[in-house]
Amino acid sequence: MKKYGFLIFAGLLAAAVINGQSQYKAGDVASDFSLKNVNGETVSLSQFDNAKGYIVTFWSNTCPVAKKYDQRLQDLNTKYAVKGYPVIAINSNDPTVSPGDSFEKMRETAKERNYQFEYLDDATQEVAYEYGATNTPHVYVLTKKDGKLVVDYVGAIDNNADDASAADKKYVEDALNSLLGGENIAVAGTKAIGCSIKWKKS
Amino acid sequence: MRTFLIIIILLTGGVASLTAQKIEKIGVPELEKILASPGDELHVVNFWATWCAPCVTELPAFEKLAGEYFDTDVKFILVSLDFPSQIDSRLIPFLKENKITADVRVMTDLDYNSWIAKVDDSWQGNIPSTLFFNNAENIRYFIPSEVTEEELRELINKYK
Repeated sequence: MKKYGFLIFAGLLAAAVINGQSQYKAGDVASDFSLKNVNGETVSLSQFDNAKGYIVTFWSNTCPVAKKYDQRLQDLNTKYAVKGYPVIAINSNDPTVSPGDSFEKMRETAKERNYQFEYLDDATQEVAYEYGATNTPHVYVLTKKDGKLVVDYVGAIDNNADDASAADKKYVEDALNSLLGGENIAVAGTKAIGCSIKWKKS
Repeated sequence: MRTFLIIIILLTGGVASLTAQKIEKIGVPELEKILASPGDELHVVNFWATWCAPCVTELPAFEKLAGEYFDTDVKFILVSLDFPSQIDSRLIPFLKENKITADVRVMTDLDYNSWIAKVDDSWQGNIPSTLFFNNAENIRYFIPSEVTEEELRELINKYK
């Protein structure tokens, strides 16, 4: 029986490896992290004493879909940081595979676009792996609850990457408005076309 | 006579490049129709975009094998996810420049969440991704990452 147990475990592990990773979904507890921001300072979610939660977004300097969403991500921060949900952008792309996603380019991007939110370097890719992020942009809305970080929403910002004005389902805004209004979130997970996170070649 | 032949060749070449500029736009119903193809054929459906660097890297392998398997029971469809606003300005010039003759269709439904799971439950929407299926044989294999020419060849040999 022990043997079978091991086989099942090995099977599950193999399945997890084949699928790349398992992904956080609404209701899961997320891990905090310590990553370097574009000023070289180490940032953890626990440092944001006044935050109710976070809009953790896997991001890229170069991904055309992220570029399409750039203004929308900045607008989310402008609108929701003051309400307790700041944007925390994370770049997990390997700069060897995607040179435009190097730390230096992150600094340039944050400066050129005047980012008012933290832009963090996940150089080891551990955070992307832990969260199960697969593409950019990939958003995780987290809320602090009883000392834990609870996942409320995972997925896209809205339903039209090409044209912000044509988006008629604003998933992240709707989720945040529900959270702030004490209501249940109608759509807690979505999938969207995006750039693959550029993993390190082993 | 020779000049005449050259003119004919140039003219037909011109016609071919004109037809190459046409690209079929599809939505969810057309995608569903592709996915439900009933024939005993292996369908290789690649999801890509000109803005996606690894997609562009692997595209020549798909173009090459689509040529090799032309008129066989292995059918290739390259579903472009280029933005509708960039079909004329970017996608069509790209296809022309790279002499892509494979069956390219462009998915214009941007409500991604409404159709991604129809392709594969496990798909998070990252591209490139490729679906292999033969509905008559109940074969289905989805790979949400880049493939090399050898890998593509192996997968086709395995499932065809």
